[in-house]
Amino acid sequence: MRLLALLLRRLIWFVPTLLGLLAVTFVIARVVPADPVSLVAGETATPAQVAALRHELGFDRPLPVQFVDYVGRLVRGDMGTSLYTRRPISEDLVLRLPATIELTLVAMVVSVLFGIPLGVLSALWRNSILDHALRVVTVSGLAIASFWLGIMLQLLFAMRLGWTPLNARLQGFPPRPITGFYLVDAALTWDWATFASALSHIALPAATLAFPALATLVRFTRAGVLDVMQSNFVLYERAMGLPRPLIVWKYILRSALTSTVTQIGLLFGILLAGAVVTEAVFDWPGIGTYAVNSILRSDYNGVMGFTVWAGAIFIVVNLLVDVAHTLVDPRERTT
Amino acid sequence: MSGLWFVLSRLARDRSALIGLLLIALLVACALAAPLLATHPDDVFELHPAQRLRAPSATHWLGTDRMGADVYSRLLFGARITIVIGIIAVGASLVLGVPIGLVAGYYHGWLSDLLMRVSDIFLAVPQVVLAIAIAQTLGPSLPNVILALSVTYWPWFARVVYAETRALQKEVFVESTSALGASAWRLTVLHVLPNIASPIIVRASIGMGFTILTAAALGFLGLGPPPPTPEWGRTIAESREFLPDAWWYAAAPGLAIFLTVMGFNLLGDGLRDVLDPRLRRSRTVRDG
Repeated sequence: MRLLALLLRRLIWFVPTLLGLLAVTFVIARVVPADPVSLVAGETATPAQVAALRHELGFDRPLPVQFVDYVGRLVRGDMGTSLYTRRPISEDLVLRLPATIELTLVAMVVSVLFGIPLGVLSALWRNSILDHALRVVTVSGLAIASFWLGIMLQLLFAMRLGWTPLNARLQGFPPRPITGFYLVDAALTWDWATFASALSHIALPAATLAFPALATLVRFTRAGVLDVMQSNFVLYERAMGLPRPLIVWKYILRSALTSTVTQIGLLFGILLAGAVVTEAVFDWPGIGTYAVNSILRSDYNGVMGFTVWAGAIFIVVNLLVDVAHTLVDPRERTT
Repeated sequence: MSGLWFVLSRLARDRSALIGLLLIALLVACALAAPLLATHPDDVFELHPAQRLRAPSATHWLGTDRMGADVYSRLLFGARITIVIGIIAVGASLVLGVPIGLVAGYYHGWLSDLLMRVSDIFLAVPQVVLAIAIAQTLGPSLPNVILALSVTYWPWFARVVYAETRALQKEVFVESTSALGASAWRLTVLHVLPNIASPIIVRASIGMGFTILTAAALGFLGLGPPPPTPEWGRTIAESREFLPDAWWYAAAPGLAIFLTVMGFNLLGDGLRDVLDPRLRRSRTVRDG
C-alpha cells in the first residue's frame, strides 16, 4: 500500500517537475544576448532575411506562446527540428541513445561488479593494505576530473602502449542491429571479430566513466558493511556457528545493500553527467556529444531536446530507485 | 569560543583532514604568491613561439606550452582563477540556498512544497549539463561561469538546510522558544541557524571540490574564461592536439585540479567526522 502511495505521489510530481525543467531551459535558451537566428542565417544574410527566418522558425512570437506551443508538440512526440542539422531532433536523439546507454550500462556493471565486493573486503579487512589502497582509490575517484582521466588513459593505453584504439565506437561495419548495442548484437550474431572491436573501443570510455562510480560504491558499501557488522544479529549468527562466508556474503551484504541501492540511483546521475564529458573526449557517438555539439552550435532546439530526455530519464530512474529501495528494505514497507 | 577549539583540536588528530588542509593551504599560497613564486610571471600574457612545447627543464620546471609560455607559471596564476570561481560560486549558492532551505523547512504549507519542487527541478538534470547550457547561452567568460555554477549548486544547500531545519523542529528548545513568543525570524536566525551551521560548513567544503571540477569541465569545453586566461580546464583542452609528445602539458593542470579537489574533499570529510554529531549535541544543550 505504501508502495502504491509512493508511486502515485511521484507520478503526480513527474509532470510538473519536467515542465519546470523545460521552462527553466526554455527561458535560458531564449533570453540571450547572442541571436541564434542570425547565426543560423549566416553572416551574409540581410536583416530582412534574418527577420523572415525568425518568423519561419517562430522565434518572433512572445515567449509564453512559444513555450506552450513547444510543450504541445512535445506531448505529441515532436521535439522540433534541429537548427543545425535540419532533421527532427527526436530522430537524432533516438539514433544516438543506444550508444550512450551501452556505455553507461557497461560502466555501471563494471563499477558494481568490482565496487561492491571490494567494499565488503575493505570493511572485513579493515586497516589492511587493501583497505588503505582502496581508501586512496575512493578519495581520488571523486577528485579526478573525468575528462582528464580519459585523456591520460588515452595517452597511456592508446598512444603509448597501443593496447586500445584511441576513440570512436567501432572500426569497420557495425553488427546487424537487433538491440542497437554493438556488444550484444555482435554476440547474438556470432560476429566475434566485431565483438572484439567493440569491446576494445568501449574499454577506455567505460573505465573513465566507471572510476568515480566505483569509488563511491566502494566507499558506501564499506561504510554499510562496517555498520551492519556491529549489529546483534551478526553476533547471534556467529555464536550459532554459521560459517563466516555465509554470514558475510548473504546476511551482512543484504543489510548493507539497502543503502547501496539508493546509491545506484545517485550513481546514475554521476554516470550521466560524466557521460557528457567522457563522450566528448572519446568521440563517442552518443547523446552526450549531441548535447555538447548542440550547445556549442547554439542549436537551442537540440539543447531543449537533450534536456527533456536527460531530465525525464533521470526522474524516472530516481523513481525506480525509490521503488527498489522500498522493495529491498522490508522495514520501509511496514512503517 | 570553546566550540571552535574543540573542532580544531579534533580535526588536528585526523590525518587525512590535515592533508586536506595542507593541500588547500598550498593552493591558497600558490594563488596569493603567484607573481613571486612564478619563474616566468609574464608568460600569462606574453608569447614566445620559438620556445613552444619544450620538455621540463631547469628553466621551465614543467615545460612550455604551445605558445612557448611556462606551464608552471601559468599553473600558479590558474590557481587564482580556481579559487575565485570556487569561493564566489559556492558563496553565492550558500547565500541563495540557505535562506530558501530555512523558509521551506520552517513553514509547512504550499510554499514549502513549491520551494522544494523548484530545487528538485534544478537537481533533475546533472549539474554539469545545466551549467553547460547556461554558460554557453551567456557566453564564455569568468563571471558567466560563476553565475552558471551558483545557479546550479544552490539546491544542495537548500536541501541540507531544509532537512536539518525540519529535524530540529522536533527539538524541545524550538518549541519552548516559540512558546515564549519568539518571532519566526528570531527563532530561525538566532536559534536554528547556529545549530545547522555544521552541515552547511561540510557541504560548503565538499561543494568547493565539485564546483572546481565542474568549472574545469566548462573550461575544457571552451565555455570558461577565454584565452589567454590560464584556466586549468582550458589548458588541458589546448594540450590535446600535442599528445603524446608534450605529455607534461596535459598532465600538470590535471594534477593541479586533482590535488585541489582532493584537498577540499578530505577537509570536508574530516569536518563531517568532527562536527557531526558531537558538536551539534553539545550546542543544543546550551541553547534554550
